[in-house]
Amino acid sequence: MTIMECAGCTLIAYGVPFSMFVFTIAHHPFRVIISMTSAFFWLLSLLLSSFLWFAVVPLRTQLAFAVPFAVIFQEIFRFLFYRLIKKAEFALQRVQMQELTDKGMVFDRFAVAYASGYGFGLISGTFAIVNVLSDMTGPGTLGIFGHSQDFFIATAFLTLCVILLNTFWGVIFFTSLDKGGIHRFIGPGTVVLTHMLFSCITLVNRTLTPMYTISLIVGYAILLGMIIYTVVLRGFNLNNIRQRIN
Amino acid sequence: MHRLIDDNQDSPDEMTELLKSQDNDTIIDGPERPNITNLPDVAIIQTSTDGENISSNAAATASSHSRVEAIDPQDHETTHRHRRNEQPDEQRPLNIEHEEIFKYGASHVVKLFVPVSLCMLIVIITIKTTSSYTPGGATWAYTPFTEDKSTNTQRILFSLANTFIFMGFVITATVILILLYKFKCYKIIHGWLILTTLMLLFFFLYSYFSSISASLNRPIDMITICFITWNIGAVGMFCIHWKGPLPVQQAYLIFMSALLALVFYKFLPDWTGWLILGVISIWDLIAVLCPKGPLRILVETAHERGEQIFPALIYSSTMVYMVTAVDPPPSEPQFAPDNINTNIAVNVDETLNEEQRNQRAAIRNNNARRQLIPRSDVPQTATRREPARYVVERSNSPVIDDDDDDEKGVKLGLGDFIFYSILLAKASALGDWNVTIACYVSLLIGLCLTLLLLAIIRKALPALPISITFGLVLYFSTVYIIGPFSAELNLGQVFI
Repeated sequence: MTIMECAGCTLIAYGVPFSMFVFTIAHHPFRVIISMTSAFFWLLSLLLSSFLWFAVVPLRTQLAFAVPFAVIFQEIFRFLFYRLIKKAEFALQRVQMQELTDKGMVFDRFAVAYASGYGFGLISGTFAIVNVLSDMTGPGTLGIFGHSQDFFIATAFLTLCVILLNTFWGVIFFTSLDKGGIHRFIGPGTVVLTHMLFSCITLVNRTLTPMYTISLIVGYAILLGMIIYTVVLRGFNLNNIRQRIN
Repeated sequence: MHRLIDDNQDSPDEMTELLKSQDNDTIIDGPERPNITNLPDVAIIQTSTDGENISSNAAATASSHSRVEAIDPQDHETTHRHRRNEQPDEQRPLNIEHEEIFKYGASHVVKLFVPVSLCMLIVIITIKTTSSYTPGGATWAYTPFTEDKSTNTQRILFSLANTFIFMGFVITATVILILLYKFKCYKIIHGWLILTTLMLLFFFLYSYFSSISASLNRPIDMITICFITWNIGAVGMFCIHWKGPLPVQQAYLIFMSALLALVFYKFLPDWTGWLILGVISIWDLIAVLCPKGPLRILVETAHERGEQIFPALIYSSTMVYMVTAVDPPPSEPQFAPDNINTNIAVNVDETLNEEQRNQRAAIRNNNARRQLIPRSDVPQTATRREPARYVVERSNSPVIDDDDDDEKGVKLGLGDFIFYSILLAKASALGDWNVTIACYVSLLIGLCLTLLLLAIIRKALPALPISITFGLVLYFSTVYIIGPFSAELNLGQVFI
């Protein structure tokens, strides 16, 4: 039962991201490195947030204080990673880009944005679920003190949501910054706002018998919104889609 | 130790490499040395205003245009260089100012990620499933003091003493190695290498199997164990010291590194282990970069003799080739084959279509610029006694090179594998997977950075310091600071 549950929750949380990895990232070493580096940046942002949480001793149990700052730090580090990528691309561009373009190789910004969002999401989800998974395989009874019995399943689904959300946030963030103009503010602003919304909604999960449906529905609704926004940002609109379908 | 093998070699006698690095994989062994004896001609040097050259795949692009001679202030082997093409003179000053572009792409970095990850995976799986590889059971001669002391101060002092004793062994081994190399006692080194591989493959393997069967509570009869050990050991000896399929050789190296890391993990007391990790990174740094450092002396000696530095204890991702230069064909297209081999920086992932691949293969085949001679690598895991080095005898029979796009391999010293795995093993000992994953990511990023630096600086570089520093910093911060925060978040299922 326990191994089954652990396997089930692992697959729920990591099934889609693993497929994403296998099909889009695994065969492209550059994207692997970008994902790793962005995971490292997320770790650094978590380090800062933890320092903050750790330092303010009396508010340690009041997560409502630490969570917004954690979100802000994450987005700051996402921005820093964007700057890093920009510098790298600039350095590359100094080198005879003509030959590369002739050979059909361009610095694929979309792939980089995607890989970086994916890296962020993967490590974020991993830190959220991996200890829970390892506890799942051990003995224990869920909900023995009146807690919710959906703890594991909800965690798994929320982790999936977080991983995918981060991927799309990454794409939106980078693409908007690249586009310039008004998008430079709308894109990152949307990302920060929705991130904050999502994290603060999950704070509701801290009550004794939480209604996971709230955070789950909000999370997936935000995900849907982000998907649509990404698609629109990348230039698809209804006409395109109609043409493709027909 | 990393080496990126460049197949645009000009120098007639030696293998030239674009990037050198060096690493101390001594745990017991002497440090490993890079095989670089001279800088290749083909490094393209281009400046960039930012001075930042992050992507390691930037390499390839540069090679697309004419080659430039790498200007190296330490270069003393102009005699060995042959310029393949005559550079137009006006290009040289331009290229001198420019920053170096990496020739090899991200695929080489990933090629090192995979074996390092595999080694760590083996170590962690063994630790989690068997109980006999836990530390504190017995003590060994290298760290004679135990850590069961009453006060923390005493514990630190005894750990420091342990560390220095251990480092004493390591330094002695390194110095002996260098003396042996200087006095050309190659036979001794060779013999020692074989002896240590023998011991490692048979004895440690046997003890590994017995501890596995003991902790899984399944008795295995002696005949089966002997049969398995004999077969695995014999094939290992062949693959490592003679010829064998590359994946098998790589698998053996990874497995032996994992075994050795497990042995270390078992015998090193807790605090001593951390101190040793720190001190050996510093030693690595000193030995490789200081002018009087033993490894540096070794590199220079090999330089002078025009020999390759020992290839022992190296994991290589391709067959190691020795390159001899052949006169280039008179008309070389600008779209030179080197460029073909490069992983282009930008979007490395673009796969070439069949036609392009065939074209490139054809060009490469027609271009008899160099003949590649496979040389059997003699890597081996670190021994506890002396570093074993093996000088490669150059064979004179040319062999056809293979046509992969990534025939240029990357090398990493096995000591790196071992120390990374030790760090990760200690990180996973707590049972907190956050710590393990944080250390894993930081180790890999450190490796990535080291390779990047390697491409920029193009000198011998130790692989341990950056990774171990990141790993240690992230370990302690995750255990004490991130851990409680993360636990609090997990408890309430708050997702940040």
